[in-house]
Amino acid sequence: MVVGSDPQADRLFHALADATRRDIVRHALGAEHSVSSLARRYPVSFAAVQKHVAVLEGAGLVTKRRHGREQLVTADVHAIRRAARLLDELEQLWRDRIGRIEDLLAADHPTETQRAGDPR
Amino acid sequence: MTVTSVEKDPVALTLTITSELAAPVDRAWQLWTDPRQLERWWGPPTYPATFVDHDLSPGARVSYFMTGPSGDKAYGYWDVVAVDPPHRLEVRDGFADDSGEPTDTPGPGVMIVTLTETADGAGTVMVIESQFPSAAEMEQLLAMGQEEGMVAALSQIEAILADTA
Repeated sequence: MVVGSDPQADRLFHALADATRRDIVRHALGAEHSVSSLARRYPVSFAAVQKHVAVLEGAGLVTKRRHGREQLVTADVHAIRRAARLLDELEQLWRDRIGRIEDLLAADHPTETQRAGDPR
Repeated sequence: MTVTSVEKDPVALTLTITSELAAPVDRAWQLWTDPRQLERWWGPPTYPATFVDHDLSPGARVSYFMTGPSGDKAYGYWDVVAVDPPHRLEVRDGFADDSGEPTDTPGPGVMIVTLTETADGAGTVMVIESQFPSAAEMEQLLAMGQEEGMVAALSQIEAILADTA
């Protein structure tokens, strides 16, 4: 039967339902960012950004470490890679479907190929 | 190859795939509105789909199941959100149990189909936008068609050609 649901994955991707949180992840993918520098990017309070980071951390999407007075945030590349791999497979699923659609549409004109090869 | 572009966002969990079909928009729309045509392309030959209820009115539920090589069945549904024939269909799609009750956690995904005329008017640009609620959901979707192979796809093509000849 089909694969069951995975609570960790659900939490992980549910955390990404918010546009600001998605943006935080994108920024934290390349390099470490402090919570205060992230806070300057968005028109929301430092506390709000801190809360977003906590949700992302709870979902396992980012990790946080202390560096002096700063809290540095990095995105979990592994989780993103898993999603990217799944999207690649879903792309293939749709490519296959579109291939079958093409064949179905081509079958609307079954005589065309014969006509092309007909010397008359 | 008729697929003209693919956009994937692994953070937002979205997939947008654009293709050009060699048929007018009205014909392409039938691929979605006629359940017997849907059944010929939705599932791979080894995991064919059977549409049980198929009513594309807003608020209606389309239900289907896919039958695997060992006779196992996977159930799915679409809740129709909006329809604008023959150009646009928006559904929430998810999985169900064998009585048709949704089993999704945290919830269904979104699929939006858009059909527009190509510049020369002869063909159709079909855009499928999918938004997946979780990685688990994506895995489940993939499990519904896993057995697919080139050989099986070819045999289905031959079968379609044979019965239209």
